[in-house]
Amino acid sequence: MELPLLHLALVGTPNSGKTSLFNALTGSRQKVANYPGVTVERKEGFFVTPQGRQVSVVDLPGTYSLRGRSPDEEITRDFVLGKATGETVPDLVLCVADSTNLRLTIRLLLELKRTGRPMVLVLNMFDIASRRGISVDVARLAKELGVPVVTSIAVRKGGTADLLALTDEISAKLAAELQQENNWRALSVAELRATQREADRIIGDCVSLPARPDTWTARIDAVVLHPVGGLVVLALILFVMFQAVFAWAQPLMDLLNNGFDALGEFVHATLPTGLVQSFLQNGVISGVGSVIVFLPQIIIIFLFILLLEDFGYMARAAFLMDRIMGGAGLHGRAFIPLLSSFACAIPGIMATRVIDNKRDRLTTILIAPLMTCSARIPVYTLIISAFIPAKDVWGFINLQGLVMFGLYATGIASALAVSFLIKFFMLRDFAPAPFMLELPDYKMPQLKSIAIGVYTRAKMFLHRAGTTIFSMMVLIWFLASFPQPPAGATEPAIDFSLAAIIGKALEPLLAPVGFNWQIAVALIPGMAAREVAVAALGTVYAIEGGKEAAEQIGSVLATKWSLATALSMLAWYIFAPQCASTLAVIRRETGSWGWMAATFGYMLVLAYAASLLTYNVAVAMGAG
Amino acid sequence: MTDTHDTRRELPLGLARRGYTGIIQHLSAKDAGSALSDIELESRLIELGFVEGARVEVLHEGLVGRDPIAVRVDNITIAVRRREAMAIIVA
Repeated sequence: MELPLLHLALVGTPNSGKTSLFNALTGSRQKVANYPGVTVERKEGFFVTPQGRQVSVVDLPGTYSLRGRSPDEEITRDFVLGKATGETVPDLVLCVADSTNLRLTIRLLLELKRTGRPMVLVLNMFDIASRRGISVDVARLAKELGVPVVTSIAVRKGGTADLLALTDEISAKLAAELQQENNWRALSVAELRATQREADRIIGDCVSLPARPDTWTARIDAVVLHPVGGLVVLALILFVMFQAVFAWAQPLMDLLNNGFDALGEFVHATLPTGLVQSFLQNGVISGVGSVIVFLPQIIIIFLFILLLEDFGYMARAAFLMDRIMGGAGLHGRAFIPLLSSFACAIPGIMATRVIDNKRDRLTTILIAPLMTCSARIPVYTLIISAFIPAKDVWGFINLQGLVMFGLYATGIASALAVSFLIKFFMLRDFAPAPFMLELPDYKMPQLKSIAIGVYTRAKMFLHRAGTTIFSMMVLIWFLASFPQPPAGATEPAIDFSLAAIIGKALEPLLAPVGFNWQIAVALIPGMAAREVAVAALGTVYAIEGGKEAAEQIGSVLATKWSLATALSMLAWYIFAPQCASTLAVIRRETGSWGWMAATFGYMLVLAYAASLLTYNVAVAMGAG
Repeated sequence: MTDTHDTRRELPLGLARRGYTGIIQHLSAKDAGSALSDIELESRLIELGFVEGARVEVLHEGLVGRDPIAVRVDNITIAVRRREAMAIIVA
C-alpha cells in the first residue's frame, strides 16, 4: 500500500543553514510560490527517503521565536500550530540549528516543544563546529531536550544520511503516540528569560565550547566593518556589480535581442502578410522578447545578491548603510533592493522581502521604481544624442555624460525625498523598526545552493513574462493595430488605430508639458517596457526598423521636436510611471491594488510636474 | 571609593565605545527611548541572546555618530543601534 505523503517543516533562526539543508534534501525539486494573501515566499520541495517514503518539506521563514512580529514569523507560527489556511499540519518539525551557535536555537526549540508537534533537532554545519573544537554530547542533549537529535552537514554529499534514516524511523511510528497537547501561548518576558536560562544550562551541560572564535570572520570584519574602509569595500563591490550588470550582460542581451529579431523576421518571411503575422511578430515575439532580454541582467543581479548573502556580507552592508540611509527614513536593509533597482525595479522589489518591517518594506517598494532602471537607458541615450551637443563643459566634462549623470542623480534624490515624505506624512503611525540584526560568521558560498536560487528566480521571472507581460503585449498590439486602415490609405497604419485615437485624446492633457500626440501614443506601448517607447516613436514617425535605427530616429526627432519638448521628455522618464510589469510586481508584493494605484498615481504626478516645470522653464529661456 | 576593586561602574551598552568588554547586569527597556514598547524591546533583546550574565564586547562602530554598533554576545555577533543598546546595562 502506498503510504501518504509525509509532511515535514523546517524551522530555525535566520542563518541556521536551513535553506542549504532544504536544498540538500530536495535538490531542484522545489516549488516557490507565495502564501495566500501575504507576500511571504513559500518554498516547498520533495524527496524520497531511503525506504521509499515520499516526503514533502516546507522551508519556513527564519525566526527567533513563535511570537510572530513580522508576516514571515506569523507564517512560521501558524504553520507549526496548524493554523495556516490551506496548509497541511506538519507530521514532523525539523528544528535546524547552526551547530556553532546553539544558544538561540535551543531556546527556540524549548518554545517549539510546547506546541506538542513531533520534533527533531538537526545540528547543521556540524563539520564547522567540529573544526572549531566545539564538541556536543548528542545523546545527552537529546535526553535533556526530550527530542531526537541528529547531526548533519548539508553542504556535503551524504551529509544528511542520518537525518534521512531518522525520518524513516520516525515516520514508521508516526501516529497519535507522538502527537501531544498544544500548550503553546506567547511567552512573557519572564518566561522568555527563563527559557533562555534553561537553554543555557542545557548547553552548559552538553556542549563544550572552545575559547577561540572564528578568526577568519574577525579578520575579514576588521576590514569590511571599518567605518571608512568598510564603505570603500562596499563601493568597490557595487562598482563590480554595476560593471557586471551593464557590461557583462550586454553580449548576452544582444544575443537574445538578435535572436528575437531573427525569429520575428522568420515569422515575417514565412507567414503571409496580415493580422496573424503582425500579431506573432509585433505582439508576441517583439513584445515578450523585449522583456526576456533582461533575463541576463536579472540572473547576474541575483547571482551577486545570493553570493553576498550566502557569504554573510549582506548583513554587513546593511550595518554600514543603516545610519546613512536612516536620514531619509530608510532601513539599512533597504540598501540592496534599491541597488538592484538600477538594473530593473522588478528584482529590486522582489528583494525587499529581506526587510521584515512592513512599513520599511512598503516605503522601499514605493520608491524602488524611481531608481533609474536599465530600460530607461535607451530612451535617455536616444534623446541625449539627438538634442544635447557632445561638447565639453569647464574644459573636461562631457555635456552628454553630465546630463546622463544628472538624470540618475535626480532619480536618486527624488527617491530619498519621497521616502522622507512617506515617513513624515503617510506612515507615521507605524513604529520605526529598530535595527537589530545578527552578523553571521562568514561562510564559503555553496555553488549548488546559489545555482538553485538563481534558477528558481529566473523561472519566476520567465513565468511572469509568459503570463502578465504577455497579456499586456497582446493588449497593446491590439490597440496599435485596430481598427485597420481603410484600403488605399497613405498614412502609417497606426494613425487609424485605437492607440492613435487614445493618443489624440490625451494630447490636450499632455500639450502643457510639450508632448505631441505621437509621444502620447509612444507612451502607451512604453507601458509594457519603457524602452519600447523608442521603437514606438520609430513606428509612429514611420521609420523602418526599430532600435537599430536609433540614430535615424534621433535625427528625425531633432527636426520634429523642440529642445524644450526633448528636455520635458527626459524629465518625464526620470519618473515614468508607465511600466506594467513593475506595477504588476508591486501589486503582487504588497498584495494590494491600492498600493499599486498609489505608486502609479504619485509617479504620474511627479512626472507631469517635472515635465511641466522643465518645459516651461525651457520655453521661457527660448528653447521652445 | 567604597567599591571593591572588581566592581565596575554600571553603564548602558549604548554608551560603550569600541573595544569595551563587560557582563550584562540587567535589561532596562524603560529609558532606552526606542520606538518599540518596553516589553517588545526586552523580548527581542533576549531573543538575540542579551540576557543577564552574557559577556559582551563592542567590536565595531558605524561611521555616522559611531552608530550602529556590532556587539559580540557570547559567541555570536549582533548589530544594534545605540538607542536600543541603551536598554542593556553592563558592567
